[in-house]
Parts: sequence; C-alpha cells; structure tokens
Amino acid sequence: MAEVLKDWDAFVTPREGGVLHMDLAVDGVHCAACMAKIERGLAKVPGITHARLNLTTKRLAVDWSPMEADPGTILSAVEALGYTAYPFDPARHEAADAAESAQILRCLAVAGFAAMNIMLLSVSIWSGNVTDITPETRRFFHWISALIALPTAVYAGRPFYLSAWRALRVRSLNMDVPITIGVFLALALSVVQTVTHAPEAYYDSAVMLLFFLLVGRFLDRNMRRRTRSFAENIATLRSETAAKVLPDGSVREVPVSRIDPGDRVLAHPGERIAVDGIIEDGAADIDQSLVTGETRVERAGIGARVYAGTMNLDGMLSIRVTAAGRGTMLDEVNRLLETAAQDRSRYVQLADRAARLYAPLVHGAAAATFLFWLLWGAGWQPSLVIAISVLIITCPCALGLAIPAVQVVASGLLFRNGVLLNGGDVIERLAGVDTVVFDKTGTLTMPAPELVDSGRMTKQAMGLAGRLALTSTHPLASAVASASGQVAPLPRAREEAGRGVTANMSGRTLKLGSPEFCGVEKRRLDAFLHTRPGVSVIAFRDGDDPAVLFALTQVLRPDAVEAVNRLKRAGLAIEILSGDRPQAVGPVAETLGLEDWRAGLKPADKIARIRELQAEGRKVLMVGDGLNDAPALAAAHVSMSPVSAAHLSQAAADAVFLGDALMPIVRARAVSVAARRVMKENLALAALYNLFAVPFAVAGFVTPLIAAIAMSGSSLTVTGNALRLRWLGRGKG
Amino acid sequence: MEVLVYLIPIALLLGLLGLGAFLWALKSGQFDDLDGAAHRILLDDDLPEDQQDAHRAAR
Repeated sequence: MAEVLKDWDAFVTPREGGVLHMDLAVDGVHCAACMAKIERGLAKVPGITHARLNLTTKRLAVDWSPMEADPGTILSAVEALGYTAYPFDPARHEAADAAESAQILRCLAVAGFAAMNIMLLSVSIWSGNVTDITPETRRFFHWISALIALPTAVYAGRPFYLSAWRALRVRSLNMDVPITIGVFLALALSVVQTVTHAPEAYYDSAVMLLFFLLVGRFLDRNMRRRTRSFAENIATLRSETAAKVLPDGSVREVPVSRIDPGDRVLAHPGERIAVDGIIEDGAADIDQSLVTGETRVERAGIGARVYAGTMNLDGMLSIRVTAAGRGTMLDEVNRLLETAAQDRSRYVQLADRAARLYAPLVHGAAAATFLFWLLWGAGWQPSLVIAISVLIITCPCALGLAIPAVQVVASGLLFRNGVLLNGGDVIERLAGVDTVVFDKTGTLTMPAPELVDSGRMTKQAMGLAGRLALTSTHPLASAVASASGQVAPLPRAREEAGRGVTANMSGRTLKLGSPEFCGVEKRRLDAFLHTRPGVSVIAFRDGDDPAVLFALTQVLRPDAVEAVNRLKRAGLAIEILSGDRPQAVGPVAETLGLEDWRAGLKPADKIARIRELQAEGRKVLMVGDGLNDAPALAAAHVSMSPVSAAHLSQAAADAVFLGDALMPIVRARAVSVAARRVMKENLALAALYNLFAVPFAVAGFVTPLIAAIAMSGSSLTVTGNALRLRWLGRGKG
Repeated sequence: MEVLVYLIPIALLLGLLGLGAFLWALKSGQFDDLDGAAHRILLDDDLPEDQQDAHRAAR
C-alpha cells in the first residue's frame, strides 16, 4: 500500500507576512523545562519563525514559512523531542468564549478603577458630613463621582443588562433583572440628588455592586474555561482522523470533518473506525463495545454495516462512507439525544429560583413603602427617595454572589479530584441524586480488555511474549504487552495483518496471535473456551513447544467494588443498564453485590428505564461511556462519563472523570452535597441580611454609608462562607 | 481647599493611566499564560547554545 500522507490543511491558518500558523495540543508538558525544550527544539527547525508554548493551556502556537517547512515536519520535530502533539481544529476553537471572558475581565478592570476612586470621594463626603465639609466641596465631589460612575455603569454593566434583557424577553426572571433595576435606580436617584444639591448620593453603591458581581463572574468563567480547554486538549489528542482514498488511488489521513458521505476510507487493524459506512472490501473482527455495550466480537464482511467508534481488530477494511463528521453517530442515537436534552432544560437553577421568589417580594415591598409614605403625607418626592433606597439596600449583591462563589470553589475542588464539569449548575443537580445508573462495558469495567489467565508461563517466556506483543497495535496484544511490563520490542519482529506477530530469536520462531496462527488444535481451543466463557483468546508459541493460551476479558475498574459500596452506604439506589448479554452482565452485578441489573438494552430501552425511575420521583445520575449511552446520559437528571468515553457521550455528559478509578464519582457527589449545603446557607445569610436591613430602609433611615457597609459586609460573609467549602473538601480528602 | 480642583482630576488621570496600562497588557496577551511567564524569566535563552549547556553543567 502507498505511504499514507497526512493532510493538515484544515488546521492551518495564514498569518501576515506570508507565514502560516497552527495551534497544537501537546501532551506530557509539566514544567518550565518542557517549555524550554520544546521551544528551543523547534527554533532549530529551519523555516519555523515562531514557536511559543502556553504552559497554562498546554498548547503550542507555531508560525512557519511555507517555503521551508510544513506541518508534517513540525509534528515530527515535536515528536522527536518526546512529546505527543496534535493540531487543533480551528472549528472547535472556543474563540467566542475567550472573547467573552476577555470582555468580562475588561469590565472588571474598569469597575475596579471606578469603585476605588468613587469610594475615595465617598469616604471624604461621609466623614465631611459629620464634620465640616462645605456644600460646594460636596457638590464638586458628587459631580466627579457622577462623571466616573455613569460611563462605568454603561460599560461594565453590559453583561448584566444583556442577560436581564434576554430573560425578560422570554418572560422569565433571573438574578440579573433585580441587579439591573437596582443599578439603574441607584444611579438615577443619585443624579437627581446631585442636581438638587442633596447631601447624599448612591454612586458608590451602584459601582461597588457591579464590581463585586463581576469578580464572581470572572472567577466562575475562569474556572470553566480552564476545565474546558483541558477537556478539549484530551479530545484533540485522541485525534479523529480517517485514511481517505483519493480518486487517483493514493491515501491521505484527513480530519473526520473533511470526509463526506460517498467517500472511500481505509480502516487499519487495531484502529477505531471513524465513520459510519458499508464494507466494500476486506473482512475483520469488529469490537462494538463502545457503541452497543456488547463485549462479544463480531465478524464483519463485505456488505456489512460498520459504525463510527467501533474497533477494527484484525483486518484491513475498505469502507464506503454513509455518514461522517457531525453525522457519524447513528441517526437513532442522534434523534433520541435531542429529545432527551430538551427534557432536561426544564431544570431551574437554585439562583434563578431564588430570583423568582426574591424579585417580586422586594419590588412589592418598595412599592408598598412608596404608597405608605405617600398616604402618610410625606409628599411624592421624599416617598420615592425612600422607596428607591429600599431597592438599593436590598440590591442582591450577596444574593448574586451566594451561588457563583460556591460553584467556583466546588468546581476547583472537583478539578483537583479529576472531575471536569460542563457547567456550574451540575453541582446542584449532582447533590440531589438518589439513584445511580451504571453502564457496564467501559464504565464499571476497564475500557480495554486485560489479561486474566496467562497459563503457567515462566517470567522469562512472558517477557518474550510481551516484547513480541509490542510490535502489534491489536488491543489484545497491547493487553499482553502491558501485563508483561516490557518496553523494548523484539528486533525484526513483523506483523501479519489479521493473524499475529512473528520474530526469530536464536534460531527459534516466536509467534503471538490467533490460536490458528500458532497452530492450536480446535479441540484444545474449544475445551479452553468451555471453562472460561466469554473471554477472548490469544496464543503464544516458542519454537516447537506447545502453544500457550492467554485468556483476556474486560475486568472491573480497580476500585469499582469500593466505589459502589460507598455509594450504597450513602443511601443511593444503584442499577446496571447494559447493552451486553445477560451472561456478561450477571457476574459483574454479582461481584458488586447489586440486585438491579438489566442486560441487552437498546438506547431507547435505557431512556425508557430512566424515565420510569424519574416517574417514580427519583433523581437519576447516569454514568456511561458508549454511544448507546449518550441519549440516556442526556435524559438523566445529571450524568458523568469516563475520559475514555465516545466523543458524543462526553459531549452529552455533565461531567467527565479522568483516570481508571471510579472513586471520583463518589467524591464528586460528596463535594456537591457539601456545596449545596453551603449554597443554601449563603442564600439564608443573604435573606437574613435583608430581613434586618429592609425595615430600616422602609422606615427611611438608610444613608449611603449604611448601604455601603451592609453591601460589602454581606458580600464578604457570603464569599467567606463559600471558601469554607475548601476545608470541608480537604477534610474528606 | 481650591487645590482640590486640580488635585482630584490629576489623581483620576493617574488612575486612568494605570487602567489603560492594564487594558493594554491584557490586549497584548501578557495574561494568557500566567504559569509559563513565571518560569520564562529563569530560562537562559539569551545565551548562545553552547554556553547554555556549560552554564547548566556549572550549576
């Protein structure tokens, strides 16, 4: 076969001065030494004009001149330095998101500058009011405050006004609505007071409110961006490419987004198939576990359908594409996913629920205050001033910070525990869970098969088998290689596609591969399989000695039993919903001590079961990894995926956990429960503060000084309480 | 206290300069990689290649 050329054009963007630019996600970068090594190494490559590694995001930006270098040489240069790199698809770049974050930071800077300067003037006025400030000086200070506050409010308040407007347009209420009303009224009242030479103005309250809230939003965004860029690096490094056969017969490795239905692609043994299609040539064993949950390998020949995400175990396949790129998933899965995701958007976040309760109450109180003073005979102007001061003092500064502050601390804790969240409200939903539904294949079990029976082999023979296995990309061979712990492949070993690997060593022929390849009689194989149902078999033969049979199967994740027990002890109901055969699911359920399990389920069956549980009033946490789990993940109250999951499932899940352990699920729940408790405490604290402050405001006793003290005091209390969660999380480890 | 009429605008102007400097730094990407920037100062990338290795060996 012709050498496969890689087509990187989709990742390259032209820059000024005739140079080309590309962003790469780099794996294995830990410290400044790696940064220096990569940048210096690339600087030596002719043609590269600029290479800079971002240590925070682990991404490398490279500029080069197209005359002297090309993406292939750059990638192999990075590889030669000992790092894995893969170009970033500009299409999935979170450019809009980054722009929004930068916008928030700019607003924060402006609001911070304004708050400091206005506070300086306000403190002078407050101390002057009780000593001997002249009315002229006070007026001058008020005008300067107005000069700073009004443009600031216009610029720095935009994120809130826009969000409030979006909520109002769909006839809904969120926290930004009372914030916007508060800021507008405080500024309007202050301007009127300034014009009428009144001794008090509320510029500082309005700007400080914006500043505090922007701090909360900035931290929140920062945390979310960090987890997202981390998750995107993982996705990029698992590069989704396919070998496309061009009309002239040559083969090019292209990103999946560049493949159209009707194209022909090659699927190599040991690789995941990247597209949905029909086999035109070749035959292979296909491992469908990531798609259907079925662990038994199936033989597929010419005319058979294959799906993206399945693993081609041993044959070279030529596939006519029926769907690719965004359409790679089964149509069925896609359709179910969409309807399931719609259902969930009905969940109302704690903060918005609080806002819906809070806004009518406070605005009603302000209106009542106005009417009361008017009827009392205070005149409409003083009545209005008192009514507005009620709104200013109840301005939901603490309420606006109460939940984001906790979300930031909690998602930081979870990040350190290896759990990446897709959104801030995941924490609230995770805390309410009372039922956990697990998928089996790849979730409770390890994503790849492991060696469970290596016969009675000497350590030396096992070492040889392991070194031989290193030559092959077949997943069964990889399992043998990792079980042997060997790192150096045998010299001159060669692979016979679909059969096995052979090598010559001091006159003996070593063979590792299918039982037929190693000359195992059918009778012996049948007997071996009879005693070990459901395992995959690979054989090893050293010279003329009888072959040794290895049994491989999917084993439970190392801490599955402990994690399940802990969840049980926390009072959660646990169930297994699997697409695999009952014979494969039963023993797993037994080992874990679970009575509720179902096998042989289709994606729609999984959703149906989750709906059934939800109809009983249960809040379901779905943990799954396969394409067949994606709709169920989206339908559940909240969902998690391991990092080895299918791309679509990860996108559908609310959280992704890293590593081989299941313990992050237990920890995520523990942290979420603690976080929700702190959120509720914070809401209570904010309400308590209003309970004290509002009567003063209604009675007409509130001065700008009291408003400022109350606002900062309550915001600091709420933030401090959120930070307490750090210690709670640390205590639980 | 008439001096306030000059002093306060001057103080504000200085504050604005600081704000402008921050926004400029933000725009020129100086906050993009906080972890990397902390270490870059320690790299001897201004020395020629051979001296770098010698320098490292001496340490």
